[in-house]
Amino acid sequence: MSLLSLKVNGKTHSFDGDPTTPLLYVLSDDLGLRGPKFGCGLGQCGSCTVLVKGQAVRSCITAVESVQGVEIITLEGLGTIDKPHPIQKAFIEEQAAQCGYCLNGVILTAKAFLDKNPKATEKEIQEGMSRVLCRCFTHTRMLRAIGRAKQEMAR
Amino acid sequence: MKNPSLPVTETPMSQGAADALARAGFSRRTFIKGTGAMIVSFSMGGALGTVEAQTRVGAFGLDAAPDSPPANEVDSWIAIASDSSVTAYTGKEELGQGMSTAQMQLVAEELCVPFHRVNLIVADTSLTPDQGVTSGSQSHPTNFNHGNLAGACATAREALLQLGSKHLNIPADQLVAIDATIRSKSDPSKKVAYADLVAGKKFDIKVDPAAKRKPASEWTVLGKPIGRPDMPAMATGTFEYAHNVRVPGMLHGMVIRPSAVGANLMNVDESSVSGMPGFVKVVVKKNFVGVVAEKNWQAVQIARALNVTWSPAPELPKQETFYDHLRNQKPTRDTLLVNSKDVEQRLAEAATVLKATYYHPYQMHGSVGSSCAVADVQGDKATVWSPTQGVWHQRSTLAMLLGLMPENVRVIFRRGSGCYGINGADAVTYDAALLSQAVGKPVRVQLTRKDEMAWENYGFAFVMDERAGLDAQGNIIAWDHEAWSPVLGNRPVYTYPGNVITGFLAGFQPEEFRPRSPAPEPASFSNNSNAIPSYVVGHVGGADHGAGTIKSERALLHNVVSPFWTGPLRSPQRLQNTFAHESFMDELAARAKADPVEFRLRHLSEPRMVDVVKAAAKAANWNARPSPKPRATSAAGIASGRGISCVAYEGDNGYAAMVAEVEVELATGKITVKRLVVANDAGPISNPDGLRNQCEGGALQGLSRALGEEVTWDDHNVTSIDWRTYHSLPVGFAVPKIEIVLLNRPDEPASGAGETAITVVAGAIGNAIFDATGARIRQVPFTPERIKAALAG
Repeated sequence: MSLLSLKVNGKTHSFDGDPTTPLLYVLSDDLGLRGPKFGCGLGQCGSCTVLVKGQAVRSCITAVESVQGVEIITLEGLGTIDKPHPIQKAFIEEQAAQCGYCLNGVILTAKAFLDKNPKATEKEIQEGMSRVLCRCFTHTRMLRAIGRAKQEMAR
Repeated sequence: MKNPSLPVTETPMSQGAADALARAGFSRRTFIKGTGAMIVSFSMGGALGTVEAQTRVGAFGLDAAPDSPPANEVDSWIAIASDSSVTAYTGKEELGQGMSTAQMQLVAEELCVPFHRVNLIVADTSLTPDQGVTSGSQSHPTNFNHGNLAGACATAREALLQLGSKHLNIPADQLVAIDATIRSKSDPSKKVAYADLVAGKKFDIKVDPAAKRKPASEWTVLGKPIGRPDMPAMATGTFEYAHNVRVPGMLHGMVIRPSAVGANLMNVDESSVSGMPGFVKVVVKKNFVGVVAEKNWQAVQIARALNVTWSPAPELPKQETFYDHLRNQKPTRDTLLVNSKDVEQRLAEAATVLKATYYHPYQMHGSVGSSCAVADVQGDKATVWSPTQGVWHQRSTLAMLLGLMPENVRVIFRRGSGCYGINGADAVTYDAALLSQAVGKPVRVQLTRKDEMAWENYGFAFVMDERAGLDAQGNIIAWDHEAWSPVLGNRPVYTYPGNVITGFLAGFQPEEFRPRSPAPEPASFSNNSNAIPSYVVGHVGGADHGAGTIKSERALLHNVVSPFWTGPLRSPQRLQNTFAHESFMDELAARAKADPVEFRLRHLSEPRMVDVVKAAAKAANWNARPSPKPRATSAAGIASGRGISCVAYEGDNGYAAMVAEVEVELATGKITVKRLVVANDAGPISNPDGLRNQCEGGALQGLSRALGEEVTWDDHNVTSIDWRTYHSLPVGFAVPKIEIVLLNRPDEPASGAGETAITVVAGAIGNAIFDATGARIRQVPFTPERIKAALAG
């Protein structure tokens, strides 16, 4: 057990527990966040994605001790219903979801990718999303939303 | 025994539901129970008790639970609040397909209130009518035609007009309902708000089957592409899934499944974990093993560390020879759907007889989020928050599992990860409840990826023989379909907790397999999940029920016992049967040297089928000619082709046709689908954007299932246990261009829309591969190895 300091969505939290606990469990169970979700626990599907220093990271296989003190953003930290981030707005406008469970990973993976590749082609976006799963197969809308967000974020 | 009239059991209500009720003007919703046969109690003393309990519950079989809000009462569906907003109650859930939005549109439309003033309470055994299971493309037909939610709304509107007539002293036929008010047609200043007529009061009337519905020509809310109200919360990470339910004092559980299919528990060594941080309890019930801990990650670690010994298990049938095994397995349960009794004779007369066998594997629901539920079992009462598709069957079977009175069990639906049928939702709800009962505190369980995938109720494997005869002109004169498919378990329905893994491990048996061979002659018509090809007349009981013209027909199904759990997976059996029928239809067209579209139209009688086939062909700019295409392989060794496929879903519950355009890399057998054009007819379109979303998702899910998805196993275990061993196409694959053509049928009944597009994908792609290469692929999934084998064929 040890006391760790976490910076999540602009707030500092302390976590007192097993430092090898995957970050996802701390975010979901200790901080009560709903954005990052357990999908596979193996880093394969993307549902648990968070942004760590702007990088898309799979929180289900990231020990909490490895991210202490650094800036962590979850989907709810990206924007709110009243003030959504342009990429969240694009997903809402394109109605790019069915069950929505995977949206966390899809949106944050795309966000991190577009930040790094603001002029990405469709093919490059496709490549950037090649490790994220949506089992409702809302892919066409999601890719359209990412394209829309790319234009919006370039402004 | 008759049950006395009692208010519903007092159990904690979710804040959302309580808020909604408060807004609707009720402090608490109460219901008067019906007078049907009531379950008294369950003896839980082993197998005998199980049987007895099942028999007693079986007294009301598949009818609505006797204490559910009665479906024939308007008040079971509709409440109007003091601000004239409407709260509606539905048993049809939002599984991610936009059904809540469409139902809110229906309520707004029929009751003439703005969309944003409708609140919907979904699937809660204490609040909503028992509408069985949300499945089988039944939500749209069930609630949008003339009964249930639609009927209740129409009845309520007529009642409001009558009340308004009295209040305003104006004859009802001179009044109109607009914007939650009743007003005079000639003088809009003469009006009264709904709230002033009924707020906080009950309608106290029966649903009138003759209540006049608003014609589609007058719709202002239905038929519009209204965005889903849940979308902003989903996109900003604030939506509450079952996975996010948190209850004060909640502990965390994990389960430990057997080491092999069929293994029995020998020993659990609690001392192996009892000293671990957060340890609360090891729970064992027959073959069910679980652990409870204070925190989630602690539960995961304890479950991993727990020393459990299982018995050896019998070997599973070999996967390599499984389809032969299916065909030869005894005993069978045989079902004959159509039988004109002249098939052999007509085939003997045919100019050409064609035969082919098609194979479809077990596939899984593979929800992206493993299933999760929260249960709070204290004393003789239980409340669960569950993503089950059927809160009422979950309630009655959970009562059996826990030994509680069903009326003391409340099941509250919370959306889970998309399920597409029976994923782990029912099993994990039992898991959480068993653990909660053992510790007397609320417990949350989310399955591991492996436990979700290795023990779910898979979509059915199939072997399908097709035979047909062509006359000298190339017309089909007889069609014979014979299939083999394994079954074990199902949804829990109302009395079978043993139909899913947890109930079975805890000591309940799945529904009994009842051998029957030979099959009795069909007494009444059943399309039986599209076992009957679309092209036959479907003659049973003196009438034709099919969509086609072929008079000589036989369709026979043999069910056998499955080594794995099975259950409905999106378009259950319909997808597998349609793959075989539509591939074979294409083989027949090729043999007759006919264009596949023209050949289909020639053998169809159902106008709505004809229309979707024509619409898809037109939108795809279909090039009419026989398949295969005269060989025109590119320099890069890539052959391209197009194929068509269609279905009358369940015979008459929605229609779809699809044109697929594919490229085949001949050296590798790799398939790239370039374009999918879908024409869909679901009756009147309730929400065109929602319907498009369903068709798009269905098309791509069907693509993933056709190209890559197959459950695999070794001697003792399923080996498809994660996303490396079960192949789902990721968001970033080479997504084909998808075009959706919606056929609106405002004067037809509402029909299913969630499973039509997916049903036709494998056929369309397989037919396009044949068009491109001349090679016929008869086994799903169409892996590069199988394509190469077919090309070498």
